[in-house]
Amino acid sequence: MAEFPVHEYDVLVIGAGGAGLRAAIEASAAGCKTAVITKSLLGKAHTVMAEGGMAASMGNVDDRDNWKVHFADTMRGGQYLNNCRMAELHAKEAPARVYELEAWGAIFDRTKDGRILQRNFGGHRYPRLAHVGDRTGLEMIRTLQDHGIHQGIDVYAEHTVLTLLMDGNRCTGAFGYDRERGRFKVFPAKAVVLATGGVGRAFKVTSNSWEYTADGQALAYNAGAALLDMEFVQFHPTGMVWPPSVKGILVTEGVRGEGGVLRNKEGKRFMFDDIPENYRSSTADNEEEGWRYTQGDKSARRPPELLTRDHVARCINREVKAGRGSPHGGVFLDIAWIKEKLPNSVEHIKKKLPSMYHQFKQLADLDITKEPMEVGPTTHYIMGGIQVDGDSQMTSVAGLFAAGECAAGLHGANRLGGNSLSDLLVFGKRAGEYAAKFSKENGAGKLDQGQVDAAAKAALAPFERGAAGENPFAVQNELQDVMQGLVGIVRIESEMQQALAKIDALRARAARAGITGNIEYNTGWHTALDLDNMLEISEMIAMAAIERKESRGGHFRDDYPDKHAEWGECNLRIRKGADGQPKLERVPVVPLTEELKQVIEENK
Amino acid sequence: MADQATFRIWRGDNGGGKFVDYKTEISSGMVVLDAVHSIQQTQANDIAVRWNCKAGKCGSCSAEINGKPRLMCMTRLNTLDLTQPVTVEPMKAFPHVKDLVTDVSWNYRVKMKIAPFKPRKPDAADGSWRVQQADVDRPQEFRKCIECFLCQDVCHVLRDHGLHEEFIGPRFLIYTAQLEMNPIDSGDRRKALKDELGIGYCNITKCCTKVCPEEIKITDNAIIPLKERVVDVFFDPIARLFGSGK
Repeated sequence: MAEFPVHEYDVLVIGAGGAGLRAAIEASAAGCKTAVITKSLLGKAHTVMAEGGMAASMGNVDDRDNWKVHFADTMRGGQYLNNCRMAELHAKEAPARVYELEAWGAIFDRTKDGRILQRNFGGHRYPRLAHVGDRTGLEMIRTLQDHGIHQGIDVYAEHTVLTLLMDGNRCTGAFGYDRERGRFKVFPAKAVVLATGGVGRAFKVTSNSWEYTADGQALAYNAGAALLDMEFVQFHPTGMVWPPSVKGILVTEGVRGEGGVLRNKEGKRFMFDDIPENYRSSTADNEEEGWRYTQGDKSARRPPELLTRDHVARCINREVKAGRGSPHGGVFLDIAWIKEKLPNSVEHIKKKLPSMYHQFKQLADLDITKEPMEVGPTTHYIMGGIQVDGDSQMTSVAGLFAAGECAAGLHGANRLGGNSLSDLLVFGKRAGEYAAKFSKENGAGKLDQGQVDAAAKAALAPFERGAAGENPFAVQNELQDVMQGLVGIVRIESEMQQALAKIDALRARAARAGITGNIEYNTGWHTALDLDNMLEISEMIAMAAIERKESRGGHFRDDYPDKHAEWGECNLRIRKGADGQPKLERVPVVPLTEELKQVIEENK
Repeated sequence: MADQATFRIWRGDNGGGKFVDYKTEISSGMVVLDAVHSIQQTQANDIAVRWNCKAGKCGSCSAEINGKPRLMCMTRLNTLDLTQPVTVEPMKAFPHVKDLVTDVSWNYRVKMKIAPFKPRKPDAADGSWRVQQADVDRPQEFRKCIECFLCQDVCHVLRDHGLHEEFIGPRFLIYTAQLEMNPIDSGDRRKALKDELGIGYCNITKCCTKVCPEEIKITDNAIIPLKERVVDVFFDPIARLFGSGK
């Protein structure tokens, strides 16, 4: 039996993006001994890449806004598969979470009367996103980081969790390794919060970094927790498409919020051609009205570029497939045109979208104040994830909580832009609060050294195979091709069946992954260890996508292009069966209360 | 652009190391980080390199490229002379860990020394503040910082003189500046700047400003105004003359 260092906590948070840091701050403030484990350095998590803002109905720019409108917008955007309790809590609590950030040192852009400025975004009826130019995520993560470091939270930077430790159906800690030195560590904890983000790394064209390998989803699933809505992956409509090395990098929706328009190679604003029925009454039917909306005219309706992300992404896909795309396989996103409307457009664009200006100038030699950008869909976010209780964020495993992207429920079939950052804060706080409560009500659980030893042995196996084993990067690249090509933005049963067979073959290869070099900061080894999670969860995405025989939100089936009412009544849930294989079942959506039904009716 | 280029990458750990040359194919639009990744995926799986966003927003992939502190993800190959090997080395102002990775934990410890944000009383009954955009433009400039620590790497006080215990470096001077200039903050860090944070060590050579990938005017907009504030309180000659200097 090997002896590994043991670090014991009341609450252990895995992941240091917005949700993880917010959870840790809350748990720590409740008097719990708290630690955060993060695969990267502190402050580098993907929250930093969020650009547009955080949605909260503070009504600073348009006082018609309130939680009810935000709730109804979120449910409409999610096509009513959302957990309505989460959507309700989110809409009600988001404003307080934003103000709290300001009290912790965040500096948001201001309105003329000195309040927090809010901007328009896709699917939100009123200007709702509190923001800082186009770097809101950086502001949020830095604020949480700088506040959190003075709370006595221990941070394990560049550590990866390999497995959760279990005592029957109770989570009692985690086991992982320090990436820098390769040393194993045991983290017993009375409660564990997963806040590990998404799965974007399983796709070739993605806005996600190397970290997003489905860790939380796989850890929870293997601990016995249920996953929900795994078929719903969000393809953000606007990622960079050129040059090849930057393909997939995000271009914020804020560009469209500030008046940017989408055109095909014929110069046509194709988004006017296809406005879904349930958005027709709230969408502009001419270009002039759309422009007025982006400039704050309350009597104007939003331009069709600001329809929900799933819809815009599919329209772009359609233009490209029909041969009306831009030279490098995207469409044009034009903000430079506003010079016709604003005399100081160059300064205005640089002020409102500084990091976009910078990004295109440096990476694509393109000045967005003068020329249109080329953009196309990029894998961005997964709506599905670990099933949680709407109030407490506890999973179906006792003592195990989940918040942020790795949890399911708030966003249903499609997430509205800006609802992610607010999700992280609202449910990060709740997860921290309830994890602290759980840790106080339940003592320390039992630890099973056998689980630790088995995980350590499995983790070291790639070294034994050495150079004769499979190259882990090659397996990862092939998985990315499979998911992008066969389980991507437009899906069809036969292709997804092929994907399942290919994933199966890749799992066999991943089991033979070999690496050379020593155990210290060995990125080949790290990649080999990430493969299992990514393959396991990719398989579930394909399984759920095959099962849902309709098109809804982020899930579009070429063989079932329509939405069906009966599918609107159920979510798909996956759990590990007794045979160790994933079991898929339909479960009814969380029913709306009478009050919430009425809120939706009033805001139709 | 040539189809192949040579990258001379520092390999080794803190016990020692050497440059190793790798040839790799290059294509239009590539950045140095792409080349390092390509080498990692096909020739040297175990090469240690940090990265995350690949868009200049997270500040993870800091290194010295042809001797200059830069982000690998924002350094286009078409800006480099590819007829010569491109050298890629870890930052020098921090202890080496392995290959391109250094131990930057000192930076995280330094931040702890600076008194945190402390809000003044809210302006409105709902607990919020009223602040004009013009009054936050400056601190917002400093909050663009992505903590890549390239300014720390290039600062001679740290890099050449190793005064890590006495001087917080440009990154944390702008961190202090954004706190001091935040109209909601009520703290006063001027004495600490003079006594513990070592602002006097900066002799405004502006190397930090030159390497900042966010183009923050570190010296002109943060350090010099902070120095002035410190001087105002502690070195005012007229106040001294009349015996009221601190």
